[in-house]
Amino acid sequence: MGYTAAMKELSFILNGHEVKERNVAPTTTLLQYLRQHLQLTGTKEGCAEGDCGACTVAVLDPHGEDGPTYRAINACLVLLPMMQGQTIVTVEGLKTGDQLHPVQQKLIEAFGSQCGYCTPGVVMSLFEACYRKDLDAEWKVDDQLCGNLCRCTGYRPIRESARSLAGRCPNDRFLEDLRQAESSERSVHYESEGELYLAPESFDALFDHLDTHPDVRLVAGGTDLSLEITKRFVRPKKLLSLEAIEALSEHRVEGDTWVVGAGVTLSRLERPAPKYAPALARMLRFFAARQIKNRATIGGNLCTASPIGDLAPVLLMLDAEFVLRSRAGERIVPSAEFFLSYRKTALRKKEIMSAVRIPILTAHAEHRLSAYKVSKRQELDISAVSAGLRVELEHGKVKRARFAFGGLAATPARASRLEAAVTGQPWTEASLEKALPALEQDYKPIDDHRGSAWYRMTIAKRLVLGFLLETESEPSPEHAYRPTGTVDPEASR
Amino acid sequence: MSPKASALGTSLPHESGHLHVSGEARYVDDLPPPRGMLVAQALTSNVAHGFIRRLDVRRARVLPGVHAVLTAEDIPGHNDISPFARDEELLASSEVHCIGQSIALVVAESLELCRAGLARIEIDIEPLPAILSIEAARAAGSFLSNEHVIERGHLETAFAGAKLRLEGTVETGGQDHFYLETHASLVTPLEDRSFLVQSSTQHPSEVQAKVAEVLGLSSSAVVVECPRMGGGFGGKETQAANFAALAALGAHHTRRPVKVWLNRDQDMICTGKRHPFWSRFRAGFEADGRITALEVETYSDGGFSADLSKPVLDRALFHLDNAYFIPNLRFSGRVVRTHQPSNTAFRGFGGPQGMFVVEHVLNLAAERLGLDSAEIRERNFYGPAPRNLTPYGQEVTENRLARIHSELLESAEYRARQASIAAHNQSHRWKKRGLAFQPVKFGISFTNAMLNQAGALVNIFIDGSVQVNHGGTEMGQGLHTKMRVIAAHELGLPLSRIRLMTTATDKIPNTSATAASSGADLNGQAVRQACVTLRERLKEVACGLLEIPETERAGVIFEDGQVRHPASKMTVDFSALTVRAHRDQVSLSATGYYRTPNIHYDEAQGRGHPFHYFAYGGAVIEVEVNGFTGEHRLRRVDVLHDVGDSLVPSVDRGQIEGGFIQGLGWLTSEELVVAESGELRTHSPDTYKIPALGEAPPDFFVHLLERAPQPDVVHGSKAVGEPPFMLAIGVITALRQAILAYGSGAAELSLEIPATPEAVLRAIESRREPR
Repeated sequence: MGYTAAMKELSFILNGHEVKERNVAPTTTLLQYLRQHLQLTGTKEGCAEGDCGACTVAVLDPHGEDGPTYRAINACLVLLPMMQGQTIVTVEGLKTGDQLHPVQQKLIEAFGSQCGYCTPGVVMSLFEACYRKDLDAEWKVDDQLCGNLCRCTGYRPIRESARSLAGRCPNDRFLEDLRQAESSERSVHYESEGELYLAPESFDALFDHLDTHPDVRLVAGGTDLSLEITKRFVRPKKLLSLEAIEALSEHRVEGDTWVVGAGVTLSRLERPAPKYAPALARMLRFFAARQIKNRATIGGNLCTASPIGDLAPVLLMLDAEFVLRSRAGERIVPSAEFFLSYRKTALRKKEIMSAVRIPILTAHAEHRLSAYKVSKRQELDISAVSAGLRVELEHGKVKRARFAFGGLAATPARASRLEAAVTGQPWTEASLEKALPALEQDYKPIDDHRGSAWYRMTIAKRLVLGFLLETESEPSPEHAYRPTGTVDPEASR
Repeated sequence: MSPKASALGTSLPHESGHLHVSGEARYVDDLPPPRGMLVAQALTSNVAHGFIRRLDVRRARVLPGVHAVLTAEDIPGHNDISPFARDEELLASSEVHCIGQSIALVVAESLELCRAGLARIEIDIEPLPAILSIEAARAAGSFLSNEHVIERGHLETAFAGAKLRLEGTVETGGQDHFYLETHASLVTPLEDRSFLVQSSTQHPSEVQAKVAEVLGLSSSAVVVECPRMGGGFGGKETQAANFAALAALGAHHTRRPVKVWLNRDQDMICTGKRHPFWSRFRAGFEADGRITALEVETYSDGGFSADLSKPVLDRALFHLDNAYFIPNLRFSGRVVRTHQPSNTAFRGFGGPQGMFVVEHVLNLAAERLGLDSAEIRERNFYGPAPRNLTPYGQEVTENRLARIHSELLESAEYRARQASIAAHNQSHRWKKRGLAFQPVKFGISFTNAMLNQAGALVNIFIDGSVQVNHGGTEMGQGLHTKMRVIAAHELGLPLSRIRLMTTATDKIPNTSATAASSGADLNGQAVRQACVTLRERLKEVACGLLEIPETERAGVIFEDGQVRHPASKMTVDFSALTVRAHRDQVSLSATGYYRTPNIHYDEAQGRGHPFHYFAYGGAVIEVEVNGFTGEHRLRRVDVLHDVGDSLVPSVDRGQIEGGFIQGLGWLTSEELVVAESGELRTHSPDTYKIPALGEAPPDFFVHLLERAPQPDVVHGSKAVGEPPFMLAIGVITALRQAILAYGSGAAELSLEIPATPEAVLRAIESRREPR
């Protein structure tokens, strides 16, 4: 076997105390573990699907872009073995003696709790904010809190608290823990109650496990898989995590390509993305919530192949390539050939996605690109339509078009007929209006609770038109702080 | 500087704030599990209407770890959990009336074992035709109430003489309460066939009565406690009894503590919601926008049982006028019965649904007559006699509408912003803004007079510390914070000496639900009265202790934890006084009781005095609509609200802001999508979208109307829980204005509720290309 130390127990630091656990099923969520096994009931369950944030706790990430940092995560969407080697802080761990932590004190003073049920989660999101060094814009502070639903306050006091706490970084024991942070043993070989959880540190070990356990389920951040456990009460017998393979969570620039390890979390993408792929950065602003982005990975989002996955349209538009790895080695698949049918991808058995190769494109007047997402609610919602749109122009005419959409078909897909219809035509409002009906040949969207077929198709067309208008003066537009809509055709005025 | 004599009227943190932020605040599901605790899960119907042909639980019963599998036959008392109509079974005995209705209960050692047990139950339900809409129910003659009619004047004459006549229909949808804490009950069997019920409920006394009834016990055998709720909003008024009774049934049969806790999906599927309403209207106006006649025929979807649907409908009728005098009118309403979970109380209790109709009518009239939203509303305000009579004949007193209108329009710079918005809309093709004024008048009291009563029990201990018990429940609204301030004020003690106790039916019996915004009004008077009783007793002791003649007793004052007689410059610590009182054999415990006077209503006549007083408020709301996608945002909200003399301004402001945003959710994003089978498709926050932080307006200015004491309410305060919810109706008015700015089509603007981006885009498109 490829792993070295067969671990019989999990160990992690919880609120300053080392915990060793060997008797809990690996499909136990951290939330269930805290509430039912440890009787730490401060952390609440409001939805068990990462949409309300009442279960938010913080973990210490030694590898933040600015050095070690705390990261708020949904305790309902992580399994206990994923906490191996981690340092966890729950709401019960914030007080020092009788002394409240500044985030707790501030929230009381701002009248930021009413029923109090969302409050522990809000506190832990504020806790992350308090030690973050990059919350330099109001929208980032709002984004930090958008994964915490509150039904009582109307949010004003919570937003005010967040703005006053962001980056405050008190010189306290939590800061000291950040200073002392070091990488820890993340590999796992844990078995309990007839369930197996493996997290090898090397590709070799990974492929060994895949040979030994052909029925194993692969898991990355776990934010999707956990839903099967919490919502459908499925208990996978064998899980194989990619989390401990360091190579998967690195990103680097190779010439004119940004190579992003499939295991890079979405929140870690946020910092470099504006430089290498601004359209991706724009999409990340409307992607899930902070807690989810702190766990979910780029590879996970792509490999679930959800028709409404938000990264895929952007990567399709950018002509990204996916690196797929098996014991035999690596092969590179163009993004346009990866999504085969509903939730089916080009991944073969015993093969994983190891990296995403993103061409670094320079936007200019003749090369415009952007990404969009329309949903019922702008924050933390699944898209009705998402889009990655790009045109290369020559003498005012379209030389090449890349229009990719999510939410319109069984897979994220390019609109090849519309692309063809605009190619060679002038890039003007009038000309585009003529070409847009081609989109109806590309997709037959469905009616559901997120939007009707009419809405989806109308929005898809509108986004292309809006893209045209929005990029007239700004070839790769940034969003205003609080856009009224996902596309702002008047941004340049 | 000496400390302020009383905290009354100052902003204070929530009474449990320090517990909320540290995770120490305990909710029912957080209570330490009592020894041997089991959990229970119900088998629920997966058809909207059906006949149970076969139910076989034998295979489930024999599963190791399963302690009981119970059906209707196992109920020792009455199989009923309805608040009064006796039309709702705890476990369906032969017919199921909605998806999510309980049929059997599995009690086991873990949730997983419960689920395994549920999977072993064999059931065969014969589907029967299901009624799933108001329209279908009306066609089938399926009703839960008779028609309630309120009328006055000469409707037809007024219509005939009207300069503008409008008619149409209007619909508003349901709304899930989405309290962050789902339903939870823990029932522990005590000695001698008695039970302790710990329940997340707004109505402990009703839970007590229903548990006793289901188990065939007297009420005295059941104690119900509510530690606190993680939100209620009306959803735990009647509906908590269901889950408490299930847990009690399990505890009765297993003789072990049993907990019933719903996950989010179960909670949303099984429990009732805000009533959807459908109304038809005819309205007549003068050319200046004054309404002369209004006829409204309204129907609410009650779901499968009566629950509180009738009083909800009544309140809708009582609020069809909102803030406006309507000389000639006929309002009629009826509750239909459908095969949906029984709809129930939700903040506003029919008020929002009623008010929405008249606001819609005013919007249509203003749009036709070219009047702005503030103008037409102000012209129709209640005013001096004879324009001060509500449709049901109660006088509108302490009318603060005109004052709110003028003060708010000024502070919100309404006129100047209106002009700049018009200019903005001229120069922007794809971003249009709208500005609206929204007034609210809301009647305060339970319209059922009997419910307007409350009790309190205040215990002072020998060391001078105080426990306050009252019949109200804390669900986040700040009731305990207010009760604590009232007690501290009356006894002249610092807040730290006053502890609010868990609401419990063995402390305060026969309580009403904490509902109808009345919690502080009713319980505050009761707490105050108990404290006054104690203070008067202590004054007598003080006279002895300070050697002051009994005739000087009125000169004894209680403040800052001391008891003083300024005339003789004598002072004694409150705790010294309580030690002395105990030695003198003076009781340090007192009850308080309050009933609201003069509430009555005669439904046959459609006349009466159903409210103690009215609460008023106003909002100015600015929105921006993206013409490309229909997405929209609040840009700025200004609220001026009448809370009388605020007991605790921070609490009142929190209620106003939270109520407004909840109303925003109802009207713009929260969508209950029901499939043809009757199945709710949006049963978790993944698909059911309540406002998130980004929906809160960047500028949210809330002011409390100053110098506005309310006569005959505790310390001149006013109820605040529900009225601000309805201020959000103005969001729709503002959205309509922004949408209208997109086109010049002559057709009437039709905007569906909730006004999701899709609904708004449809409205814009219909204006662009007249169809």
